[in-house]
Amino acid sequence: MVRICIIYDKLRFEEKKIYNDIQQKGFEATLVDGKSLIFDTESSKSDSRFGDIILQRVISYNRGLHLTYCLEQMGLPVVNSSSVSEICGNKLITSLILKKNGVPTPKTTFAFSTESARECMKKLGYPLVVKPIIGSWGRGVYQIKDQSMAEMMLDSRQENDNSFSRIYYFQELIDRPSRDIRCIVIGDQIVASVFRYSSENEWRTNVAVGGRTEMAPLTSELKEIVLKASNAVGGGILGVDLMEDKERGYLVHEVNNTVEFRGASAVCKSDIAGAMTDYLVKMSSK
Amino acid sequence: MKKECKDCGAELTIPQDSMVGEIITCPDCGTDFEIVSKTEDTVEMKEAESVGEDWGQ
Repeated sequence: MVRICIIYDKLRFEEKKIYNDIQQKGFEATLVDGKSLIFDTESSKSDSRFGDIILQRVISYNRGLHLTYCLEQMGLPVVNSSSVSEICGNKLITSLILKKNGVPTPKTTFAFSTESARECMKKLGYPLVVKPIIGSWGRGVYQIKDQSMAEMMLDSRQENDNSFSRIYYFQELIDRPSRDIRCIVIGDQIVASVFRYSSENEWRTNVAVGGRTEMAPLTSELKEIVLKASNAVGGGILGVDLMEDKERGYLVHEVNNTVEFRGASAVCKSDIAGAMTDYLVKMSSK
Repeated sequence: MKKECKDCGAELTIPQDSMVGEIITCPDCGTDFEIVSKTEDTVEMKEAESVGEDWGQ
């Protein structure tokens, strides 16, 4: 019997759903709190808690990534791999990889100090969008409409002693409808595609800031771009987010490594957790 | 199952189907608690980690 281990640090709807689904399909499931784990350079694959394959669902990017390095060092298969986690957890790396692989993506500019960020914004002009390179749910994502807002953002970043706060990620503001698209990719299958509409008085479309979801038709063009984005980052279980630019069409702006699917599962007929289980079972024998 | 919030004393309701690792938020003061162990009639909780800047999906 295939044994699947789910590593988490905060149990969400998704982890519970996947855990129950694995058991319902007749496989063994274990839930392991990533916060409780200890590894050393001698740790070996014989640790039975981890089963045949590990699904990494840790909410903290740094914790998840470093746990994955340890687990892979022990020779254990982890979905998603450390390489995929590294790319998807960092928006700067994601943007570079998408561009390198010919995936349409918004034009994005990076700066590495307060002074260069100020110069960069003056050069780019307003409005523009600033995002933290690490983090989710629309947190720290702002539309900078003029120079006074730019200065406020720089002040707030300077007060933060997080090393990533001195790395600036500026993106062009896309002329799009008040929605984006979230596609859930598992291996080479797209199991769900939904529109995420922004709520009233809010331009961000994240479900975490009140966005609502609706099923989105999976056109052949959308399918092609989503699979191209998934392959570019290394594949696995992913959430690909796209915007619809009024002139250029689909633009991929993010690929999520521990994708949340509560919103999508409420409106899609497909069994997302079930498809994840099937993929993990398939990957456990590779 | 009911528990008392360690911060403000308000009553916390622990859903029957809750699992170890889940977060219970105090309805009065907003403190998050993580379930660390659970049996049919007992539940142990500790204050949950605060949301990190690197939290996400």
